[in-house]
Amino acid sequence: MQTLMFCTRKGLFEFARPAGAWKIIKHHFPGEAVSQFHVDSFSGAWFAAQNLGHFGLKLKKSFDHGATWAEMPCPAFPEKPKTGDWADDPTPWNVGHIWTMADDGRGTLWAGTMPAALFRSTDGGASWQLMEALWLNEKRKSWMGGGNDHPGIHSILIDPRDANVVAVAISCGGLWGTRDGGATWANFGNGMNAVYMPPELAGDPNTQDPHRVDFCKSAPQAWWMQHHFNLYRSVDAGQNWKELPAAQPTSFGFPIVADPTNPLRAWAVPTQADTHRYAIDGAMCVNRTDDGGTTWQTFRDGLPQAHAYHLIYRHNLALASDGKTLAMGSTTGGAWVSEDAGATWITLPVALPLVSAVVWV
Amino acid sequence: MSISITFSAHLQRHVAIPAQRIDAATVIEAIDRACAASPTMRNYVLDDQGHIRKHVAVFIDGALLLPRSDVMRPLHDGANVHIIQALTGG
Repeated sequence: MQTLMFCTRKGLFEFARPAGAWKIIKHHFPGEAVSQFHVDSFSGAWFAAQNLGHFGLKLKKSFDHGATWAEMPCPAFPEKPKTGDWADDPTPWNVGHIWTMADDGRGTLWAGTMPAALFRSTDGGASWQLMEALWLNEKRKSWMGGGNDHPGIHSILIDPRDANVVAVAISCGGLWGTRDGGATWANFGNGMNAVYMPPELAGDPNTQDPHRVDFCKSAPQAWWMQHHFNLYRSVDAGQNWKELPAAQPTSFGFPIVADPTNPLRAWAVPTQADTHRYAIDGAMCVNRTDDGGTTWQTFRDGLPQAHAYHLIYRHNLALASDGKTLAMGSTTGGAWVSEDAGATWITLPVALPLVSAVVWV
Repeated sequence: MSISITFSAHLQRHVAIPAQRIDAATVIEAIDRACAASPTMRNYVLDDQGHIRKHVAVFIDGALLLPRSDVMRPLHDGANVHIIQALTGG
């Protein structure tokens, strides 16, 4: 039975369809904000990352599909230096929340956080190691917070051919990658255009605001990016990016989801603009390309088309392992499922709290 | 100094920790020693830098600890320390 998780401001909602229709079958952590959910593909353990507001970041782990949860150590920064280059760092040395998680299928977990740092665990989350070479990189001082107070890491891409090759995407700090398991990091990605920056910095890889980056698992050179402006595609694992022709109704949005087997297929959710972060004219749609981003089909069937001011955050569009079932959740608590690769949508009969991530189990 | 320390129900909801009578000379020493039996509680009260979280309040004999960074504040013998969720926001 497929299970679907909606991480929300007021808990983790578990959906299933025991009798054909999707319904909530369990509400984990009621009343508590859950920023991200991850299933460790190595151990099968569930991880739920929380931001308790008053009490900060918390990380829970379950080996029994959420029947019981154990409190785990959280990624944390070392003591901030009182002297030297980082003494006046305006970015707080406190992990606010875990924005994204990933694993390599061999027991190594990664957590990308807000503010922008990357942590690794090789013991199932019992301890976390800060990637210091990334955190203490001088170029970090040029990163910006985008729509948040501080920059954050929202995408982690592990090369399925070599788990030491890992890339992260930062809003706003562009793409950073390691080829040695995290010992050294380099900024990369040519061809992006940050039109919000002064002209001389618009092409600088370190100034880019990738909203979300994904890649085709069976063709891992084929990467997709929903940038703050426009959609991009790369055929060399993110080294060089080609700006895609303008999509209709817009090329602005947050999520991008790559098909796991077809490198020419991806989904995006067009949104009005950065100044109006909701469905275009209050009418929701989902875009899909089947030709590498040259053209996009716009699907509206089943989605609200009037006065629907939903915003789909970057982790709020998720593709199931069957490659055709999609789920989507909004900042205003809307929830939808498509069972035909996005062509038509079913509205789930719920009014959820703000959705921060949608994850298939 | 022998002091007593109590954690509010809001905190107990997450981590059970009894009221305790312990020896501690400062606020941070009181928190560290009180949390020794329930280490996860420390992360609820203190942030990565060992500072009292923005939305947690520490009272000593009914007086709010200000500034909150003053975790080295000496405690007198018999002090009553209460740690609560600061009621910030609406």
